[in-house]
Amino acid sequence: MQLEAKKISFRYQKNSPWILKDVDLTVQAGERVALLGPSGYGKSTLAKILAGYENPVKGEVFWDGAPLPKKGFCPVQMIGQHPEKAVNPRWKMARIVNEGWQADEQTLRELGIEKAWMNRWPSELSGGELQRFCIARALGPKTKFLICDEISTMLDVITQAQIWQKVLAAAQKGGLGLLVVTHNKALAARVCERIIELPKLNRPS
Amino acid sequence: MDRKTARFNTRTRVMVYIVLAFVYLAGVLLWGLLMDPEAYAVDYRVKFLPPGAGHLFGTDFMGRDMLFRCVKGLSTSIVIGVIASAVSSVIALAAGVAAAVVGGKLDSFVNWCVDLCMGMPHLVLLVLISFMLGRGMKGVMFGVALTHWPELTRIVRAEVLQIRAQPYVQAAYRLGKTRMQVAREHILPHVLPVYLIGVILLFPHAIMHEASITFLGFGLSAEEPAIGVILSESMKHIATGKWWLALFPGILLLAAIMLFDVIGENLKRLLNPGSGHE
Ligand SMILES: Nc1ncnc2c1ncn2[C@@H]1O[C@H](COP(=O)(O)OP(=O)(O)OP(=O)(O)O)[C@@H](O)[C@H]1O
Ligand SMILES: [Mg+2]
Repeated sequence: MQLEAKKISFRYQKNSPWILKDVDLTVQAGERVALLGPSGYGKSTLAKILAGYENPVKGEVFWDGAPLPKKGFCPVQMIGQHPEKAVNPRWKMARIVNEGWQADEQTLRELGIEKAWMNRWPSELSGGELQRFCIARALGPKTKFLICDEISTMLDVITQAQIWQKVLAAAQKGGLGLLVVTHNKALAARVCERIIELPKLNRPS
Repeated sequence: MDRKTARFNTRTRVMVYIVLAFVYLAGVLLWGLLMDPEAYAVDYRVKFLPPGAGHLFGTDFMGRDMLFRCVKGLSTSIVIGVIASAVSSVIALAAGVAAAVVGGKLDSFVNWCVDLCMGMPHLVLLVLISFMLGRGMKGVMFGVALTHWPELTRIVRAEVLQIRAQPYVQAAYRLGKTRMQVAREHILPHVLPVYLIGVILLFPHAIMHEASITFLGFGLSAEEPAIGVILSESMKHIATGKWWLALFPGILLLAAIMLFDVIGENLKRLLNPGSGHE
């Protein structure tokens, strides 16, 4: 199984310059790859396309040889840069974390999610605490590939280490593929086996 | 704790206003609908009586009892307001949601209609429609119903568009939720409060506009007991000191409108996005 982007081109508006042009990218399940690039270059945009949040203007994303499914639980899940936007402010945390699957005790414990938080509103938690819920939500049994878009920038070093440990353990256990978007080269080197520089794949005019 | 008490206070206050407004409007409506027309019959022996024990609001130039006329008039206004609000809000919801969900040509068309209606002074459009349909109850009803949807449509459309682009809505699809589920669980609860506030705030507008065009002579006919008719008649006599002819109907109308405005504004504060879950 592999996640495969074929000749992806993307721009947010017609007639605006291309952000991504003819990007090819293949990541195997079980592989851990870092995606680097300057700020504002289009890393998050590519992540959204690979996870099916946005449709590419040209090209297509394939999972396991077939186009990325548009319905049902998507095997490719993304954890974003802004956890506060990734949760419905009108829902309590327990409902949020269980939206796609019934998150089990162990996952919650390993991510350092306290029981008392489950009964709170998103506005009553910190960014780092919210991010743990987003990770737990994405780690369902049907998840086969995880895209992490700067998921740990808002965390302190210790929490960061704790969370990556859990993500890596889950990836190992489930044989998940991992695409890590980051600015932190040290993190990329420690977490990933392969590093991709987006500017080398991209050919915007 | 402070925030909780403040919230509680707003909530109780809104509830009190809602009950007050409901009792007032339902009371006036029923009283007006069930009223015997004899109650405000012409009686030239009692022309221009100031307010007193026999006639609480006084009588007019034909000796008609002002209290009964005002109540009857306001109840007519409320009927028109309710129907117009209902029609306008249904149009607004359908057009707003369709424009946002379908997009493309339909979206452009809806926007074009909204801009067209909002580009014209509201009262002018109302008068035109009412006049075209031969004034009277029918003209007013259509006029008021067909001119109050654009603003609400715009609000509904903007809300749906905004919520649809939220990462958590997109995440819900990726987590296996269907379109229907997303609409029911994420989009509707977000749009509904804004929509309801819009409908509540629309109601006093509708009543006010009905009174306005009737006052200007393009609405209900002069024989009918309508607030607009009463007010425009009273203008002829106010110079001669018949103050009660304008004061009481004015107060009745204002009370209805202000109650709704207060409810709408308080609900808005209660449901504002910053405190979405409160
Ligand atoms: N919704 C949007 N509409 C229009 N333009 C956008 C939108 N989102 C991002 N962009 C633009 O697309 C470009 C790429 O943005 P993107 O978020 O993918 O960058 P990034 O590589 O993730 O940057 P960073 O490292 O700062 O997160 C930027 O120039 C940005 O301004
Ligand atoms: Mg980014």
